[in-house]
Amino acid sequence: MQTLNTTLLIIGGGPGGYVTAIRAGQLGIPTILVEGQSLGGTCLNIGCIPSKALIHVAEQFHQTRHHHQLSPLGISVSAPTLDITKSVEWKDGIVDRLTTGVAALLKKNKVQVIQGWAKVVDGKTVDVGDTRIQCEHLVLATGSKSVNLPMLPIGGPIISSTEALAPTSVPKRLIVVGGGYIGLELGIAYRKLGAEVSVVEAQERILPAYDAELTQPVHDELRKLGVKLYLKHSVQGFDSKENTLQVLAPNGATLNLETDQVLVAVGRKPNTQGWNLEALNLDMNGSSIKIDHRCQTSMRNVYAIGDLSGEPMLAHRAMAQGEMVAELISGKSREFNPTAIAAVCFTDPELVVVGKTPDEANAAGLDCIVSSFPFAANGRAMTLESKSGFVRVVARRDNHVIVGWQAVGVGVSELSTAFAQSLEMGARLEDIGGTIHAHPTLGEAVQEAALRALGHALHL
Amino acid sequence: MGTHVIKMPDIGEGIAEVELSVWHVKVGDMVVEDQVLADVMTDKAMVDIPSPVHGKVIALGGQPGEVMAVGSVLISIEVEGAGNVKESAQPAPVKEVPVAAPKVEAVMESKPVAAPAPKAAVCQGPMVARAADERPLASPAVRKHALDLGIQLRLVRGSGPAGRVLHEDLDTYLAQGQSNASTVSSGYTQRTDEQQIPVIGMRRKIAQRMQDATQRAAHFSYVEEIDVTAVEELRAHLNEKHGATRGKLTLLPFLVRALVVALRDFPQINARYDDEAQVITRLGAVHVGIATQADIGLMVPVVRHAEARSLWDNAAEISRLATAARNGKASRDELSGSSITLTSLGALGGIVSTPVLNLPEVAIVGVNKIVERPMVIKGQIVIRKMMNLSSSFDHRVVDGMDAALFIQAIRGLLEQPATLFVE
Repeated sequence: MQTLNTTLLIIGGGPGGYVTAIRAGQLGIPTILVEGQSLGGTCLNIGCIPSKALIHVAEQFHQTRHHHQLSPLGISVSAPTLDITKSVEWKDGIVDRLTTGVAALLKKNKVQVIQGWAKVVDGKTVDVGDTRIQCEHLVLATGSKSVNLPMLPIGGPIISSTEALAPTSVPKRLIVVGGGYIGLELGIAYRKLGAEVSVVEAQERILPAYDAELTQPVHDELRKLGVKLYLKHSVQGFDSKENTLQVLAPNGATLNLETDQVLVAVGRKPNTQGWNLEALNLDMNGSSIKIDHRCQTSMRNVYAIGDLSGEPMLAHRAMAQGEMVAELISGKSREFNPTAIAAVCFTDPELVVVGKTPDEANAAGLDCIVSSFPFAANGRAMTLESKSGFVRVVARRDNHVIVGWQAVGVGVSELSTAFAQSLEMGARLEDIGGTIHAHPTLGEAVQEAALRALGHALHL
Repeated sequence: MGTHVIKMPDIGEGIAEVELSVWHVKVGDMVVEDQVLADVMTDKAMVDIPSPVHGKVIALGGQPGEVMAVGSVLISIEVEGAGNVKESAQPAPVKEVPVAAPKVEAVMESKPVAAPAPKAAVCQGPMVARAADERPLASPAVRKHALDLGIQLRLVRGSGPAGRVLHEDLDTYLAQGQSNASTVSSGYTQRTDEQQIPVIGMRRKIAQRMQDATQRAAHFSYVEEIDVTAVEELRAHLNEKHGATRGKLTLLPFLVRALVVALRDFPQINARYDDEAQVITRLGAVHVGIATQADIGLMVPVVRHAEARSLWDNAAEISRLATAARNGKASRDELSGSSITLTSLGALGGIVSTPVLNLPEVAIVGVNKIVERPMVIKGQIVIRKMMNLSSSFDHRVVDGMDAALFIQAIRGLLEQPATLFVE
């Protein structure tokens, strides 16, 4: 058995793991990264990036069909057709470019990448095949997996997001189980690609993690697109002969919904199985590894970052944690203490939440001003054919320090940057109100929301 | 209005310079008669300088840590009436100009940490306490910088909008030297914080004396174990019989008595060696220095003429001097003039120590802790109270044989305590 020695060993080459490795390389820490599949992890290969590519394809196709039918813009086109194989090739091209890019960055920073499945021996020893790696610091970044439902095992017509992101054809009918952001992003994309889409959600609203005011524009759009919603319905099972999904209605009746495919999107769970994590006997926090504000586990010099360390399971959180852990290992004093981590849903319309929502501020005992500005009064939104949605700000009443931003509307994902920045810088309403926001942009609604909170919105 | 100038007083005979330790006032303060203005330090004694007048401080003559010549201007106070400038022996009129820095021998470029006058409780410092769960408002760059500096952001006063902590606030906080870097929560965190403590005042004196002693003297250490069972029994008996009326005895007065008796036969050990003049002065009197740990550091108050004191006399004197030294009240006389030194850490005495000589003395006797040990006496194992004496001698002038015989004499006296008192 070959033995390698290193200072830092990272298990998992996703956004958390590869960023840790790059930063460690920059800091001159001898680093080995072990990845069993493809660099970039879920995010680059079967998550964020491919889903955004597919959403873009769906949106372009949808717009073209929209022009074909009745375009107020005066565009007329003949009926578009879709070669989904080519769409997937295009998406794969993007994924390839990005994962090759990650490999190049790791090489540039002298990180040794070992392809294979890691098996933990102890807190300083990991086996990969017949190679044994000894390290001083161990970073666990194995990410997360889709949650499966026992009555809907993946296979055949039952698919997970991974299969949904690499379709060979667009199904005529698709039922999405789970009305969270993954189910809705993909459900809307499939609807725009031409499938008849239904969403089954056990709770009484879609996107149950967000408040009703915020999700209403998405709800309206789903209705406009013709996506059927089965709210407060729960899945019973799937009849593969009849291709029907049995769901239990709130009135106790069982419905048999005919479909060609069922997409299970009921959440993700930390990937703690299959790499002998048990050997470390770490303290857990539910199904995730328990960490402190320095991403340290209960074992000294063993760190856990990203989805493995629990909610919020977001790539940008994992990256920030990874960067911090590398600096920590280099001897710097660091802690992971962001004011806010933005969460974005790439639904139609898009939805952004950064910092505290009005409910959360309330629960935290803060006396807050809540104010919103609608895109219906924003010129740029009109030119984008978008009239729904708004920007909402939550600020302390006593000193006007902003504690949260929410927005829903076309293209608002890009506003997350301004939102996060204002929270991290500790901006007050007057700071945002006093910043000149370019005209005509969606960002004007950000300034106007702050002004409205101060009682003097200009365009309302 | 006149100016009253206070000069650095002559505290002990023959001392040409005195170290300024601490200011208790600052320019602009109103002072009243008898208010303590400053602490100054001579060889070992810390002395308060009180104000003889009412008035307003207009100039300070030096900074803490500075060694100032006796007679140089310490402080100038604006007073009602004429002041004392004209009466001054040296008729140098004091003008508005800051008192020409008194003849100061700046021993080192000591940048004294502006020791804030403890009595003036003006707390407009940059320090602020937030609730444990309150998140200080600060940008990511400020937060990172605070971590780099080991500053707990929670404790920093924010001067920005809504109390936001700015980079400048970190600078201010640091300048005030109030870094609480030491209060990091996790016990296993790697620490990179450092604290710089200027070696001034008492610490500088101790450092100089220790360095001087180890550089000049040829230290020779000798350790012997002593059976103190008998003397401990005697001590217990005396305490039981006379404790209530004459006070409790520790082992120290017995040791002092043992030194006194043994030194009669070893005059070369009760001596001072002036290595510059190449003269050894043997003393008839036994002045025993008692090494004492005070808050500000090691002090050695002296039991004078131990040879002329009874057991209880010595006990009372040791106790009085130790208290005075700890409270900083020991006078210069009480802190100098020893002919031999006794050093004891009591229960912390350990098994062996290597005491450093208190120059110009030539011997120091260190007392280690008393423990019960199985000893072999006449072929029998018996439990005895044993104690080591770890002593150092200046081998330049004390021969090893003499030193060993001296300690053996002490051992004999302590093991047969009646001989301590047989004349």
